Amino acid sequence: MAILVIVEHDNNSVLAASLNTVAAATEIGGDIDLLVAGHNCGGAADAAAKISGVRRVLLADSAEYAHGLAENTAPLIAGMASDYSHVLAPATTYGKNILPRAAALCDTVQISDIIAVIDADTFQRPIYAGNALATVKSAEAVKMITVRSTAFEAVSEDGGSASIESVSATGDAGLSSYEKSELSSSERPELTSASIVVSGGRGMQDGSNFAMLEKVADKLGAAVGASRAAVDAGFVPNDYQVGQTGKVVAPDLYMAVGISGAIQHLAGMKDSKVIVAINKDEEAPIFQVADYGLVADLFDAVPELEKEL
Amino acid sequence: MKILVPVKRVIDYNVKVRVKADQSGVELANVKMAMNPFDEIAVEQALRIKEAGQADEVVLVSIGPAQSQETIRTGLAMGADRGIHIEADQDVEPLAVAKLLTAVVSKEEPALILCGKQAIDDDSNQTAQMLSALLGWSQATFASGVELAGDKVKIIREVDGGLEHIDVSMPAVISVDLRLNEPRYASLPNIMKAKKKPIDSLSVDELGIDITPRLTVLKVEEPEARKAGIKVGSVSELVDKLKNEAKVI
Repeated sequence: MAILVIVEHDNNSVLAASLNTVAAATEIGGDIDLLVAGHNCGGAADAAAKISGVRRVLLADSAEYAHGLAENTAPLIAGMASDYSHVLAPATTYGKNILPRAAALCDTVQISDIIAVIDADTFQRPIYAGNALATVKSAEAVKMITVRSTAFEAVSEDGGSASIESVSATGDAGLSSYEKSELSSSERPELTSASIVVSGGRGMQDGSNFAMLEKVADKLGAAVGASRAAVDAGFVPNDYQVGQTGKVVAPDLYMAVGISGAIQHLAGMKDSKVIVAINKDEEAPIFQVADYGLVADLFDAVPELEKEL
Repeated sequence: MKILVPVKRVIDYNVKVRVKADQSGVELANVKMAMNPFDEIAVEQALRIKEAGQADEVVLVSIGPAQSQETIRTGLAMGADRGIHIEADQDVEPLAVAKLLTAVVSKEEPALILCGKQAIDDDSNQTAQMLSALLGWSQATFASGVELAGDKVKIIREVDGGLEHIDVSMPAVISVDLRLNEPRYASLPNIMKAKKKPIDSLSVDELGIDITPRLTVLKVEEPEARKAGIKVGSVSELVDKLKNEAKVI
């Protein structure tokens, strides 16, 4: 068996989720090849070759792959897939954009967002925002899979010495063009990859009160999130939203401040390693999932917490 | 210009999902169902494009049991013009959904297809990308900005680190994200009007698509329940626990 892992990179280095995806490939077992597709991305290929447990790095370095446009990258992957038993990509916005397109070009169903490898044909994946777990078996010749990075411990990014081979480019489909990126200017880490998340809910009462949470977050190097109630009330923008219809996070520490714990919010954070809840209502459902609960008025507790850190 | 919007009937997002005792799936009997929230956003966007004079017709299509017609009616009450129902009583995998939609596209010839980025039941996040691949059309996923400009659509995409701007040529398949818009509520007169709007029915056989599942669901189970932890008495006790017991700060 041989497995192809699609690497997400920034031309110079390999992004973290790729290492978790290689870990999932290691659990399936077999030779592991990595595909680095991009433009002027030799640095990323060199970094990929050092990842532990990799046989070869396949480098597709051409202008049409510069910005990861699905219409250009999917045919490249589809053309290589028949050499492999499995094709894996991280379940990031990069992987989720490209892999289903490649799978359809191969007339193959995709298994999205796996959280466990049962055997080479059988995988576990969350459905209903993680409120149920499905175990699915695939009889497809090539299994096309996206991997939830928080479910697999990253492999080491060094220790390997894979060969790098160039693969020929498949050309520009001429359908889309990249214009620009507006990456978050926040000094804080990105919500879905942060190791600590501090979130506020309706109990924050006002958007300006989120400044208190930001101070705590800055001391902890944390991202700031919010419940849907806080977003709907206009306290913070929608991209803060953690929950079934927002972002799913699984940090080492999740602090829920003034959040009651609606089902749809729990769906977005209940896989966090440690959950802290601060709420003045001791009956709030959030306490049923919290490892550490503090029944207190957040307007007293949060400033005090900031001082103690 | 015609816009096609595929809509799915799913368990209402406010309902707590329960796994069946025999682990064959989740309980759907007597559970409140609704239009997939991301699809509502797609319908809203299609209506806004039409209201801006950039489209002539908004057509909804739903694949599922007879009750999917209620979901189509919801979208018609929001303002869509007509619906197409493809009757299927079994679960249809995203690849098969994409194939069925391809057949609808060849009949309807829309210039734009707006989809929700994922359905909140199986959370696959595949259909738009697969449909776009099978049609050989431009693809824009996770859109939080959609602006028609001649034969192009200017798209703002939600990506992990922020936003990405791309231009896609028409025809295109666009999957929409939460921030794109806030869907309208249907007014009572519009709900009444929607009852008279046409819904065509098509069968899977008629479209000639094999929808036999390729994946076997061996079991569906509840995730391990999180146990409630302890209550701490003060902020300093909390900080102490996080530092010395949980060791996360």
